Amino acid sequence: MATQQSRTLARYMMAPAVILLLGWMLVPLTMTLFFSFKKYLPLRGDSLENGLEWVGFQNFVRFISSSAFWPSVSTTMIMVGGVLIITVVLGVFLAILLDQPLWGQGPLRILVIAPFFVMPTVTALVWKNMFLDPVNGLFAHLWKFFGLSPVEWLVDYSLGSIIMIVSWQWLPFATLILITAIQSLDSEQLEAAEMDGASAFHRFIHIVLPHLSRAITIVILIQTIFLLSIFAEIFVTTGGAFGTKTLTYLIFQRVIDSQNIGLGSAGGVYAIILANIVAIFLMRIVGKNLDR
Amino acid sequence: MGRIVLEQITKSFGSTQVIPPLDLTIEDGEFTVFVGPSGCGKSTLLRLIAGLEDVSSGRITIDGQDATELAPAKRGLAMVFQSYALYPHMTVRKNIAFPLRMAKMGPAEIEKRVNNAASVLNLTDYLDRRPGQLSGGQRQRVAIGRAIVREPSAFLFDEPLSNLDAALRVGMRLEISELHKRLTTTMIYVTHDQVEAMTMADKIVVLRAGHIEQVGSPLELYKNPRNKFVAGFIGSPKMNFLEGDEAKRHNAHSIGVRPEHIEVSDSKGDWTGVVGVSEHLGSDTFFHIHDTGLAETITVRAGGEVGFRHGDRVHLTPRSDVIHKFDAQGLRI
Ligand SMILES: Nc1ncnc2c1ncn2[C@@H]1O[C@H](COP(=O)(O)OP(=O)(O)OP(=O)(O)O)[C@@H](O)[C@H]1O
Ligand SMILES: [Mg+2]
Repeated sequence: MATQQSRTLARYMMAPAVILLLGWMLVPLTMTLFFSFKKYLPLRGDSLENGLEWVGFQNFVRFISSSAFWPSVSTTMIMVGGVLIITVVLGVFLAILLDQPLWGQGPLRILVIAPFFVMPTVTALVWKNMFLDPVNGLFAHLWKFFGLSPVEWLVDYSLGSIIMIVSWQWLPFATLILITAIQSLDSEQLEAAEMDGASAFHRFIHIVLPHLSRAITIVILIQTIFLLSIFAEIFVTTGGAFGTKTLTYLIFQRVIDSQNIGLGSAGGVYAIILANIVAIFLMRIVGKNLDR
Repeated sequence: MGRIVLEQITKSFGSTQVIPPLDLTIEDGEFTVFVGPSGCGKSTLLRLIAGLEDVSSGRITIDGQDATELAPAKRGLAMVFQSYALYPHMTVRKNIAFPLRMAKMGPAEIEKRVNNAASVLNLTDYLDRRPGQLSGGQRQRVAIGRAIVREPSAFLFDEPLSNLDAALRVGMRLEISELHKRLTTTMIYVTHDQVEAMTMADKIVVLRAGHIEQVGSPLELYKNPRNKFVAGFIGSPKMNFLEGDEAKRHNAHSIGVRPEHIEVSDSKGDWTGVVGVSEHLGSDTFFHIHDTGLAETITVRAGGEVGFRHGDRVHLTPRSDVIHKFDAQGLRI
C-alpha cells in the first residue's frame, strides 16, 4: 500500500469490518459500564423500563472490598501463570520430539492435536469422572494398585487439578505453533553450532530457543487472552469451591447466584482493568520478541 | 597441522551408494578443491570429513589420528556453509565468539581473538550488527571469521561464494586465497565453478558420481587430463571434441582441442567453417564455428581485435602439439 490511492482504497475496504468490530465491542462495553453505576437487582423488581437508580461508585467499592475479591485475582493469576508455564515448557519439548523422524509421525501428530478439538465442558467432565474421581477414577485405581489411599484431587489439589485440565487442553495449541516454528529452523545452523563445539544442550539454549522466542511469545499472548476468561472447567469440576474461584467465576456468581447485575458489571470492569495490566506486563516482558 | 587421509570411504543413503570406495590424501597446508557437476557428491564428501554424516564404511584419519567415529567438534575442523549459517539472533561479535565460548575460553582471550579476526576480515565496524543487517559479502566474512577464531587444523568450505554476485565473487576469491597464504592451514573447498577451482587450488579433485576422476594441480589437469570428462570439465570455454575421420588420422577414437589452441584465418587452414555467434569480451573473442563437417560447432578463441562477422567463411588450424587423443572408453592415449 504504497501510493495515496491504494491507501485511500484500503481505508474504504476495511471500513465495514472495522465498524462491525467496533460495534461488537463497544455496545457490550458501554452497557457494562452503564450497569456498573446502577443498582440493578432483577429479583427486587429493578428493570430497565422503570429506570435504574444511579448509585455512583458504590458497586465498585462493594466488589473490591468483598473478601472474595483479592483471592480471586490471585487465583486467576496462578491459574493463568501455571497453565502458561506448563504448556510452553511441555509444548517446546513435544515440538522437538515430534520434529524428529519418528515411525507413525502423521497419526501421532493428529493425536497430539486432538485434545484441542474437545469442548472445554466435555474435557472437564472427562477429567472429573474418568481420571480424578476418588472412587472410579483412573488415578484412584492407580493409587489403590500401589496400596495407597486415593487422592481427592478436586478437593485437596483443586487448583492444581484445574491447571492440569486446562493445560491438557491448551498444550496442543502451543505444540502446534511451536512445531511449525521449529520446522523453519535452518538445519545448517544446528550443524554449524555442532561444528563449533556446542553440545545438544547448548544448541538448544543458544540456537533453538532463540529461534522459538517469537512463537513462544505468540503462544503466551494468545493463551493469556483465553485463559483469563476460563469458566467451563471450573463450573463443571469444583463450582468455584476449594480456592478455585477466579475473577471471571466471581463475576458469574455475583450476577447469577446473587442476581446483582450492577455488582457483576463492576466486576466486569475490574476484569477489563486486570486484563490490561496483564497485557501491559506481557508486552513489556515478551513483546520485544515480536519486533525482530 | 591438518593432514587428512581417507581410506576406502563409502557412503550410502538407504540403498543408493553416493560415494563408492574412495581413497584420498590431503596434505598439510594444501588448498584442495573438489569440483564436479551438480549431484556428484562433493558436499557429501565434505560432510563426511566434517563428521556431519557418518561414513558407511572406511576410515578417516586426521593428523595420524583415527577420526572416523569422532564427533564433529572433536575433529578440530571448521566449516563455512553455503548459506553461511550465521546465528541470526546474535551480533557479529557474538557469532564470531560462539565457538570460543563453547570451548570455555576466558573473556579476555575471546575479546582478543574476535578483534583480531574482525580486523583481518574488515569487520571491525560491523561487530555490533546482526547478520540480517549485513550484505552478502559481509555475512560471508563473518562466517569465515567464525571459522578462523578457532584456529582449526583445516577449513572446509562448501560453495561459499555461490550466493554472491560476480564482482564480489572475484574479490572474495582473492581474499580466501590470501587468507590461505597467510594462515597456511589446510583448506578443502567445494565448488562447481571451474574458474574458482583453477585459480585457487594447489590440488584439484575432479569428481563424477562419487568417483575421483583425477587428482592433480590445476595446470596438470589442464595439460594432461586423464580422460574426456576431466578434459571437458577443466578449461573454459570447453574443449572441442572431434570424432570420425579426423580422429582416425591421429589414430584415436576421438580427439580434443582447446579453443585457445586453434588459429583462425581468412585465407588458409586445415579446416573450414562458417562463423555463427561471436562473443566479444574485449580482451578475447570466442567464435562458434559451424559447418566444418567435423562437429556441430567448434569454439575458437581469438584476440580481441579479430573481427569476423556472422556468416564469414573462415579457416582453422589446430596446434598439432596440444591435441589430446582419447580411446573408445574416453581414456587419454
Ligand atoms: N540426506 C540425503 N539422503 C538421500 N540422498 C542424498 C542425501 N544427501 C545427498 N543425497 C544424494 O547424494 C548425491 C550427492 O549429493 P551432494 O549434495 O553431495 O551433491 P553435490 O556434489 O554437493 O551437488 P551440488 O553441486 O548440487 O551441491 C545426490 O544424488 C543427492 O541426491
Ligand atoms: Mg553441494
